[in-house]
Amino acid sequence: MTLSVTGLRVSSLVRDVSFEIGAGARVGLIGESGSGKSLTALAIMGLLPDELHASGSVRLNGHELLGSSEKDLSRRRGDELAMVFQEPMTALNPAMRVGRQVTEPGRIHGRRRSAEELLDAVGLPGTARAYPHQLSGGQRQRVVLAMALANEPSLLICDEPTTALDVTVQAQILSLIKTSLPAESALLFITHDLAVVASVCERVLVMLDGEIVEAGSTREVLTSPKHEYTRKLLDASDLEARR
Amino acid sequence: MIIEVRDLERRYARRDVHALRGVSFDVEAGQRFGIVGESGSGKSTLVRLLAALDKPTAGTVSFQGRRIDDLPERKLGFLRSELQIVFQDPMGSLDPRMRVRDIISEPLGRREPDRVAELLAAVGLPEDAAGRYPHQFSGGQRQRISIARALAPNPSVLIADEPVSALDVSVRGQILDLLDSLVEQFALTLIFVSHDLGVVRHVCDRVAVMRRGEIVELGDVEQVYDTPRHEYTRELLEAAPNLRAELARLSGGDDA
Amino acid sequence: MRNLVIGGVLVGLVVLAAVLSFFWTPFDPVRVDAAHRLLGFGGSNLFGTDKFGRDLLSQIMVGARTTLYVGVVAVGIAAVIGTPLGILAGMSPRWLGEFVMRVNDLVLAFPALLLAIMFGAVFGADTLTAMVAIGIATIPSFARIARSGTLQVMSTEFVLAARAGGRSRLTIAVRHVLPNISGLLIVQASVSFAIAVLAEAALSFLGFGTRPPTPSWGRMLQESQELLTVQPRLALVPGIAIAVAVLGFNLLGDGLRDRLDPRLAARV
Repeated sequence: MTLSVTGLRVSSLVRDVSFEIGAGARVGLIGESGSGKSLTALAIMGLLPDELHASGSVRLNGHELLGSSEKDLSRRRGDELAMVFQEPMTALNPAMRVGRQVTEPGRIHGRRRSAEELLDAVGLPGTARAYPHQLSGGQRQRVVLAMALANEPSLLICDEPTTALDVTVQAQILSLIKTSLPAESALLFITHDLAVVASVCERVLVMLDGEIVEAGSTREVLTSPKHEYTRKLLDASDLEARR
Repeated sequence: MIIEVRDLERRYARRDVHALRGVSFDVEAGQRFGIVGESGSGKSTLVRLLAALDKPTAGTVSFQGRRIDDLPERKLGFLRSELQIVFQDPMGSLDPRMRVRDIISEPLGRREPDRVAELLAAVGLPEDAAGRYPHQFSGGQRQRISIARALAPNPSVLIADEPVSALDVSVRGQILDLLDSLVEQFALTLIFVSHDLGVVRHVCDRVAVMRRGEIVELGDVEQVYDTPRHEYTRELLEAAPNLRAELARLSGGDDA
Repeated sequence: MRNLVIGGVLVGLVVLAAVLSFFWTPFDPVRVDAAHRLLGFGGSNLFGTDKFGRDLLSQIMVGARTTLYVGVVAVGIAAVIGTPLGILAGMSPRWLGEFVMRVNDLVLAFPALLLAIMFGAVFGADTLTAMVAIGIATIPSFARIARSGTLQVMSTEFVLAARAGGRSRLTIAVRHVLPNISGLLIVQASVSFAIAVLAEAALSFLGFGTRPPTPSWGRMLQESQELLTVQPRLALVPGIAIAVAVLGFNLLGDGLRDRLDPRLAARV
C-alpha cells in the first residue's frame, strides 16, 4: 500500500478516518465545507495549523508520517508526497520567475530536470522567464502541478484544484492531471463536485462531519449509493431532475 | 420591456480594460433572464450598470422606459425601490456589525419590525434571527438574509449575482427553490447571473452568453443549450462537468 | 476579556491617583524640604524624595493628571478631526482623496516637537499649548488609518448593497464605515496616547510643556538623568508610572476593540 491511514483523528473535526490507497490508484474524497476533507489532506502532509493535533496512523510507503519530525516530513514533501491547493493566485511566489520556482523541488531533492522540460510537460512552453502575475489562474495551476510532479511523487494530493477556475480551464486542468500523473503514482483528489470525481477517480470516499460515511468504486457509490448523505448529494448535484 | 440595454460600453481608463464592449438586450417583465459567463466576461460590470451603481462610458440603460445611466444619485430613488440585488458572497454582502433586523430594514430607511418578521418568514428563517449577527448563521442562511433584504422595498426586479456559487452543493438546491418560489409569489422579473450553466438552465427561460465583454449568443434556454449556435457556447457546454453524462458512462460498464 | 480587565485596572490606577490628588496627597508635592533630600524607598515617603526633598509619590499622583490630560486631549483632538477627514478622503473621488492625503503627509512630516515649540513661542508655553500642538501633529496618523479602513469597507459587497438600497453617502459613512473601522481607530488611539505622553515629557524637559514646579511624569523622568547612576530610583519611579499608563491604555484599547466586534464578542 502506498498510503495507509488508520484511525486518523484531528480534534473533533476528523473522527476515526481510515482508508488505503495503493500504487497507481485514483481515489476521490468528496465532502462539503466542514466535512474535514481538507484537514485530512493537511494531516497527511503534516501541514495542520498549530492549534490542531492529529492522532492515529498515516503510513506512506511503510513510513509513519504522524509524529515525524519536521525535518523528516520536509524531506518527503515535494518528493514522495506532493500537494496542489485550490487557490492559484496565492500559490506561487510573486517575486520569483516561474522557471526558477518549477525547478525548486528538483534542486531541493537532488533530481534535476530543466525548467523548459517541466513546463513543456504541462503545456506551458516558453514561460520559464515569466513572473506569476503574468500568468492566468489556469496557467498558474499548471505551474503548481508541474512542481508537484517534478519528482514523480508516490502520492499526489489535489485539494479542489479546479474550483477557483473557469469551467473551460477546469476541463483542461483535469485532463492534464489525468494524463501527466505517472501510472505508478497514487492520487487523492478532493472535491465537492461529483461530476469531476466521476471523471477522474476510480474509487471514492464520501465524508460528512469528519467521518467517512461511504466508500467504494466510483461506479458503485454514484450509481447505487447506500448512505443517505450520498443520495442527498447526488440529488442536489443533479439539478435537471428538479424542474 | 422592463429593462432595455443598448450598445452598453464600460472602459476603465486607468487599467485600459474594456469590460463591456457594446452589449444590447431587452428583458421583459416577469421573465427569468440568465446571464452566463466566465471570469473577465463582464457580467459583474453589467450587473452594476443595470443597477446604476456605476456609469457606462457609452450606451444606455433604461428601466421601465426611463434612462437610468445618466441620472445623478439623488434622482435614482425610484430605481432603488424597484430593483434590488442579491450578491454572491454571503459573508461579504452583510455588514458584520449590524444585526439581521437592521440589515433587512436598511433599504426601507427605518426600522419596521413587522415587515422584517414578514420577510424572515418568507425566506424561511425563524423570528429570533432578527436579533442575531451574520456570523452566527451558515452560508445558506446568510443568503436567505440577503434575499430578505432585497425583497424589503417590494421591488419588481431582482438581480441575483452568482447567488449560490459560494454555497455547498447540498444547500444550493434549497436557495434556488426559494428564489423560484419568491419570484412566482411576488411576480418578479429575475435576472440571474452565473458561471454555472447547469444552474442557469435550471432557473431561467432566456439566456445571454457573455465572453470578453460581449454577448455571443442570446436566446431561449432550451434552444441555446440544445442547439448552440456560437462556438464559445459549445465550448462551455462541453467543458462543464456533467454528472448525468458521467453516471451514464459509469452505468454503461466501464470504470473511470 | 483579559486585556480589557488588566488594561482597565492599570488605567483605573492612574485615574484613581489623579482624582485622589485633588483631595489629598501624602505631602505637598512642590514643597522644598532640603533637610530630607534624596531619601530612599520606605519610611514616611513611600517612594522617597528627589534632590529638592519633594515627595515622589505626591508628585506621581499630581503628575497623573497631566499625563491623562495630555493623552486624552491630544488623542481627542486628533481623532475628532482626523477621523472624519480620513473617511471623507476615502469616500471621495480618487484624485481628491489622494490630494488630501498628500497634504496630510506634509503635516505628518512636520516634527511634532517643533510644532509644539512654535506654538509655545507664540501662545505661551504651558500644558494646554503642548496638548493642542501634539494633538494637531497626531491628526495625520488618524486620517491615514481612517482613510485606509474606509477604502476597504467601501469595496465590500454590503456597502454596494447599501447603495443599491438607496442609502446616502452620509448614512453609509456613519452606519457602515465608522463601526467597521472603529477597531483600527481604537488601536491607533492607544498607540497615539503613548506617543503623546512621551512627547509631553520631552517638551517639559525643554521647557515648553508643563512648567515647573507643577509635577509632570515626563519632567520627573528628564530631571532624573543627572543623578541616574547614583539614584536610579528617581528615573524608575516616573518611568514605571509612564509604562503602566501606556500599557494600560494599549491593553484597554485591544480589549475594547475585541469587545466591540460582534464576531469576537460572541465567542466569549
